[in-house]
Amino acid sequence: MGMTMTQKILAAHAGLKEVHPGQLINAKLDLVLGNDITTPVAINEFEAAGFDEVFDKDRIAMVMDHFVPCKDIKSAAQCKQCRTFAKRFDIEHFYDVGEMGIEHALLPEKGIVAPGEAIIGADSHTCTYGAVGAFSTGVGSTDMGAAMAAGETWFKVPSAIKVVLTGKKKPYVSGKDIILTLIGMIGVDGARYQSLEFAGPGVSELTIYDRLTISNMAVEAGAKNGIFPVDEVTKAYVEGRVDRPWTAYEADADAEYDRIIELDLSEIDCTVAYPHLPENIHSAREGKDIAIDQMFIGSCTNGQLADLAAAAEILKGKHLAPGVRGIVIPATQHVYRECMRLGYTDIFLDAGCVVSTPTCGPCLGGHMGVLAAGERCISTTNRNFVGRMGHVDSEVYLASPAVAAASGIAGYICHPEEVLK
Amino acid sequence: MNAQGFVHKYGDHVDTDVIIPARHLASQDHKELASHCMEDIDKDFIHKVKEGDIMVAGVNFGCGSSREHAPIAIKASGISCVIAASFARIFYRNSINIGLAILECPAASAAIENGDEVKVDFDTGIITNLTKNQTYQAEPFPEFIKDMIQKGGLMASIKK
Repeated sequence: MGMTMTQKILAAHAGLKEVHPGQLINAKLDLVLGNDITTPVAINEFEAAGFDEVFDKDRIAMVMDHFVPCKDIKSAAQCKQCRTFAKRFDIEHFYDVGEMGIEHALLPEKGIVAPGEAIIGADSHTCTYGAVGAFSTGVGSTDMGAAMAAGETWFKVPSAIKVVLTGKKKPYVSGKDIILTLIGMIGVDGARYQSLEFAGPGVSELTIYDRLTISNMAVEAGAKNGIFPVDEVTKAYVEGRVDRPWTAYEADADAEYDRIIELDLSEIDCTVAYPHLPENIHSAREGKDIAIDQMFIGSCTNGQLADLAAAAEILKGKHLAPGVRGIVIPATQHVYRECMRLGYTDIFLDAGCVVSTPTCGPCLGGHMGVLAAGERCISTTNRNFVGRMGHVDSEVYLASPAVAAASGIAGYICHPEEVLK
Repeated sequence: MNAQGFVHKYGDHVDTDVIIPARHLASQDHKELASHCMEDIDKDFIHKVKEGDIMVAGVNFGCGSSREHAPIAIKASGISCVIAASFARIFYRNSINIGLAILECPAASAAIENGDEVKVDFDTGIITNLTKNQTYQAEPFPEFIKDMIQKGGLMASIKK
């Protein structure tokens, strides 16, 4: 029986010729990741178990991103705990304020993740690196702690859903609209325990940033991972970033899939997920009655330079509607600097937005844009659960940077064409 | 190994943001986390829950964030077992790792109501509803997981 791309990567890391869905394997890991919320719990577990060395100081990444620059004394204590541990074990990829970015934007940008690698992270959006052809998945802190010691972990080999992409994107349509459409089709548990394997001629129509957004939100369909084939777009991105040998795995022609879904990119329009599940999708053209209080552009899902460029294109020479607060957060220091160099920061400031240094902040209701009762936010983030960005009676509408920017100008949810008329 | 208690029943897609909201994640203290458990969908839960009680829910329980604080908060609140029609995979893994008993059983999830008294036999996977006088068969843990639990959890199982 043939194997999917995910199954091939897992087999290679388990030292097996082949694996089959449902099989329990132990796989060697190329990278173990944690952030300022999950790493302290992992460190506690690591220390309580009496470990006194890490498997490889160069294959552990710790990124202080969720509550930084620290929002309160407790979050400062958590970062301090990570910092002390990183120093003790000389952790190579420890990123603190001044160097940090949002983990899932930072690691691809710095070439810390590469095609064909097997990666776990104590953050559910670790699945982002499927965009560059890696197997990566989210785990909890105990898994992270154990993997920091052992350098391997157990997996149940997932079966797969193949998503065959065809056609070309319409103007203003991006990776966010594609993944929201897919989640709307299959539901928030539509790919539970499975891998989403993207394929088809439409893949080459997607930029690496479209792919990063799509893989990032695979978990919102319940998937273990969401992976793209390695092509010229991938190679162009990793070249100059990844300085070690990497492997492009390809699915076998006779690989088995539980389900095959065809998605014609030309039929996808700008899409918004209404509260309180990412599967609750609507056309951006239907949002006239939904007045918004806040626009947030950023996060691991949509905080890349391409995302901010899309927002800047819409906001250029325009201003937010009266009463709308606009928050823009570049995902990394590099993106932050590029926004200044390319004039995007001025565009955002002229439009009446604030521009913050990198942080996950408002996405999870941490800081830098928490919502009050009754408030609505159009947000380029990944979850619109009850209370996600603040009060339990606040509402989050998930959208692309272009739709968020257009909605910020209009004051209600709308398609970018409406404000550019 | 058994659990017995009264049921706190919830619906589908109970996510980790409502199990323990991110505003409390600057804490690692189990009791403090437990004091906010479920507060965004059920303010009374933490006042009603008694040691040994059982949580029952629909599909995709624990979806969303990978925060291990979610199963930790549930366990520290006194809940002895979570029964759901299905679990999100990271939550499932985290629960096993920290020793929160969880069972997948769509039949039990459908039939059990809030306040029912339920008994769980983990060796056989049989769930008994003492209030309704019904039994349901859950999937028992795979051998691999049983072995890990017997060794004392994930951390103990990887120690050389």
